[in-house]
Amino acid sequence: MKVNLTRRTLLKASAASVAAGAMFGVSQSALAAGNKVVVVGGGIAGSTAAKSLKRLDPNLDVTVIEANKNYHTCFMSNEVINGDRDIKTIRFDYEGLKKHGIKVEFDHVEAIDTDKKQVKTKGGKTFAYDRCIVAPGVQLNYEAIEGYSQAVSKEIPHAWKAGEQTEILRDQLKAMKDGGTFVLVAPPNPFRCPPGPYERASLVAKYLKEHKPKSKVIILDPKDKFSKKGLFEDAWKRHYGYGSANAMVEWHGADAVVKVDAKTKTVTTASGKTFKADVLNIVPPQKAGKIAHLAGLTNDAGWCPINQKTFESSVKKDVYVVGDASIAGAMPKSGYSANSQGKVCAVAVYASLTGKTMIEPSWVNTCYSIVAKDEAISVAAVYKFDGEKIVGVQGAGGLTPGGDGFNAENRKREVQYAYSWFNNIVADTFF
Amino acid sequence: MKNTKQTSMKKWMGVVLAGGLLTSGLAQAEFDRASMLANTCVGCHGINGISAGPAIPSIGGLSQAYFIDSMKAYRDGTRPSTIMTRLAKGYTDEDIAEMAKYFAQQKYVQVSQSHDAKLAEQGRAIHSKSCERCHDAAGTVAEDDAGFLSGQMKPYLAYSLQDFISGDREMEKKMAAELKKVQDAHGDEGIKALIEYYASGKK
Repeated sequence: MKVNLTRRTLLKASAASVAAGAMFGVSQSALAAGNKVVVVGGGIAGSTAAKSLKRLDPNLDVTVIEANKNYHTCFMSNEVINGDRDIKTIRFDYEGLKKHGIKVEFDHVEAIDTDKKQVKTKGGKTFAYDRCIVAPGVQLNYEAIEGYSQAVSKEIPHAWKAGEQTEILRDQLKAMKDGGTFVLVAPPNPFRCPPGPYERASLVAKYLKEHKPKSKVIILDPKDKFSKKGLFEDAWKRHYGYGSANAMVEWHGADAVVKVDAKTKTVTTASGKTFKADVLNIVPPQKAGKIAHLAGLTNDAGWCPINQKTFESSVKKDVYVVGDASIAGAMPKSGYSANSQGKVCAVAVYASLTGKTMIEPSWVNTCYSIVAKDEAISVAAVYKFDGEKIVGVQGAGGLTPGGDGFNAENRKREVQYAYSWFNNIVADTFF
Repeated sequence: MKNTKQTSMKKWMGVVLAGGLLTSGLAQAEFDRASMLANTCVGCHGINGISAGPAIPSIGGLSQAYFIDSMKAYRDGTRPSTIMTRLAKGYTDEDIAEMAKYFAQQKYVQVSQSHDAKLAEQGRAIHSKSCERCHDAAGTVAEDDAGFLSGQMKPYLAYSLQDFISGDREMEKKMAAELKKVQDAHGDEGIKALIEYYASGKK
């Protein structure tokens, strides 16, 4: 029998299935077909959720609303900044999602009316939904640093949302004179990609060592510790003279940058120290994406509280928040977390539309950081729901071994695994 | 009139079947704990367990026995790894059995990758002599309860052989004996030839 899979056929088919379900004793509630799910934001979490929903039920009506025609992954963008990778390799379009029958609208979401269950866009369109998945990522809080703003970020990039910003920082590093100083201002917790600033410092140092050996990277950090700190510092010692008089990487902790003079690229810290940069990279404090605030999904700290088993908002019914914007227990705000959460959220949305019982969830995260030529380190964890929140499974996960457990061959393999992870996660999310 | 009714009933039944397959059939395939757990693997190992490479191996189509053995060996540390020894500790025997079931249902797809054709030919001869008895069809048959060889990611093949030869990873006595014979007869070149053969995807 030949079936022409047009949308109309599918709708007719699903309607018939409902009737057939009743006739053959299959519960009608098992069929989610025709229900509308609107996904706000086509990043890692949103795109993965949309794709997963279509895998669960191809007859679901899934629309992704995304502001940009292309998505640049934040992960691996540090390799673009130091010239090891072409920016084209981190750029993805939405043709893959469309092939799965997902509708993609390029527009800005301006409002989510959670009473009428409608999403409204700048382009003047209104999308009704049965369930709405909000995945806006992070918003940068430029105002937290005096003298910094979105306008200034064209000259003093954050490069914490990949794309044009990544290219600006790459070009500035390339143009920097030998003997120059690259100052990286790290953000306070919580923020997107906890090891990211320190991988960036490592890869910038790698570039300097190869091309501009009289130069250095200075990290200015409000925190007194950071992700994989011991492993990063050990790698910096072995590769970049960390801690010595000729250090190519310096880290100054527990002293937040409070002010920037954009003209002279000079920053001032809370304790009154000043640092003048040749290339200045400010990664400001972060909070949930703007639409999450407009829709009333955030708490006082600026992030979205959720039921951590299903990702349904604790504030608004039938609205789910996934990815960086959500408060997801022990999970870091990473690309792999976002992907893993998108899948669990899709299962929860499907369960809620069909009246089925939610499957016991499981999540995973792996963050690779490339620290030098042929050397990468990682942190990994497996997560479960403990009845209240997402927690790491005890005894599992952890860091690449250091100290006595240091293994050069394994560090080299981790670089190849990092690249493999990248290729597989983007395929899983976008293709 | 009677005929028309029969036809439309037949058509309707056809639509029902199609609809059933499209909704509940596929949905039920993904809406279970096995899929939930497998979802945590595919971010790294590829859609349906088929890796985009360059190094992380494909696991789609592996036999349940081999999958379970591998995960348990990672979990108790008897099989060396960079990250799997850390991740495997997060899963119970039951979880591992569910994952194994899921990946056994997937189809193994060989990857096409660069290789040295001349060395691969030498590798074919070595494989036939030393490996074929246990790794049928160049190691592409799940029923052999072993990892896939031909069409598997080349760096992973190299890492695995390196770990077997160094003694970091245990192997069966007959495999150790065959590997020693290969090295005695051909040196490291013999191991390289095997890797090139498997990388070629030939059977």
